[in-house]
Amino acid sequence: MVRFQNVGMRYGPGPEVLRDVSFELAPGSFHFLAGPSGAGKTSLLKLLYLAHRPSRGLISMFGQDVSTASRSALPMLRRRIGVVFQDFRLLDHLTALDNVALPLRIAGADEKRTRDHVIELLTWVGLGDRLDARPATLSGGEKQRVAIARAVIARPSLLLADEPTGNVDPEMAGRLMYLFVELNKLGTAIVLATHDTHLLQDFRFPVMRLRGGQLAIDRNGTGGAAA
Amino acid sequence: MSARKARPVSDLQLGADSSGRFLPWALAVMVFLAALALAGALALDGSIDGWRRGVAAKLTVQIADRPDQPMAPRIGRAIAVLHDIPGVKSAVPMPRPAIEALLEPWLGADALQAGGLPLPGLIDVTLDEDSALSVAALAARLQAAVPGAQVDDPKPWLDRLVQLGRLLQSLGGGIVLLVGLAAAAMVIFATRAGLAARRDTIELLHLMGAEDGYIARQFQRHVAGQALRGGVAGIFAALLILAGIQLLASRVGTGLLPGLSLAWWHWLALLVLPLAAAGLAIVTARRTVLGELRRML
Repeated sequence: MVRFQNVGMRYGPGPEVLRDVSFELAPGSFHFLAGPSGAGKTSLLKLLYLAHRPSRGLISMFGQDVSTASRSALPMLRRRIGVVFQDFRLLDHLTALDNVALPLRIAGADEKRTRDHVIELLTWVGLGDRLDARPATLSGGEKQRVAIARAVIARPSLLLADEPTGNVDPEMAGRLMYLFVELNKLGTAIVLATHDTHLLQDFRFPVMRLRGGQLAIDRNGTGGAAA
Repeated sequence: MSARKARPVSDLQLGADSSGRFLPWALAVMVFLAALALAGALALDGSIDGWRRGVAAKLTVQIADRPDQPMAPRIGRAIAVLHDIPGVKSAVPMPRPAIEALLEPWLGADALQAGGLPLPGLIDVTLDEDSALSVAALAARLQAAVPGAQVDDPKPWLDRLVQLGRLLQSLGGGIVLLVGLAAAAMVIFATRAGLAARRDTIELLHLMGAEDGYIARQFQRHVAGQALRGGVAGIFAALLILAGIQLLASRVGTGLLPGLSLAWWHWLALLVLPLAAAGLAIVTARRTVLGELRRML
């Protein structure tokens, strides 16, 4: 489903922040993405959610070579990808409901079904009474749950999450991880960037470990050296 | 559960910042100016047609008064000569009261009533519309038959008048075009400012799979509303001014002013201006947004 071959990435004329990165993500796979700050996790996620093109190498997603794909081909690919940003990136002027509904509205979904679906999901993540709240009035944990709901609402083929449990209490973190696992069981491939060693130890999914821009994959999913 | 039903405000929250607030006002002024220029050009169109209809295929023969020769037989001779010329449809002597009425604005009623003023004899000549008659040849024959007869051919000065009218019309059209270009430039400026202020949001929408058209449509809807609001205000002000001018012109009298007469379809054309402004704003905003977004990934 996703294949990176000798991918390198740099910002402008700067040094390469990712070097010779190669891996494959199968449909329905679950990977943690770990590594120290500055190792290139965010850059790798940017390549995965098509915010950047690689400086070199080949990236294939959903059967298309995205290194050379035209701009007009990107929206349809992006609709198959859900992203939970570390800083949430919620639209401040929209309510929680409208923020979560965005991906469906962009895809042109029926408005009534969109509303029902969004309300159901927000209720599931414990925000059923905060549908009309705007991000400014939400706590950090609530924003994070809205961001996660927005990322999963369209049932993406690939979910990318950058520290999705960083701002919630352990009970809610477990609940959100349960949501990710359930989504994964339904066929969504997940890459979850985290510093949380407990998470890595508890769930034992394969770990993509970045260090100095280079990637190594621990397929046994050991947690100890996550950060 | 929420009771709200409506689709949310635009994802881009257009109109929330000051970048485009000037646009309705600026477009109101533009539509106002365009309406006045267009009304002038359209009114001239009617006037030019009127002039043409009034004097095309017309000549006036003027026979100077000579104390030693009575006027009536000379007029009769001239009319006989005119009727013999192929291409002359009719030749009708102008009655003395009509000649006096023509002269009254210049000489005054008292001078005319006092009598004794030598007045020329005038003959209204109508030519066949497709006549290839040479006015110079006609004048020569008349001169030979009736000494003192002069032919006043309005065509040369009418051509110059029509030329001037057409020039003024072109000027009016040019002003409408320039105003349209200025309006488009303002829409481009406002749209670019709006895009720059929302770069992060647009990037986010793109990452969620939004096509450029989805973003462009939000700008289109926004500027269409602004242009319609401004356009309606502008055309309302222009129509008030035009109605005022028409009222004043009718009070002054039609003889001294080329009447500002607008046909019903002229008024309709003016009322279409706000819609044209909205259409121009929509097309300009769309092209601007799509052009700018092409530079983003």
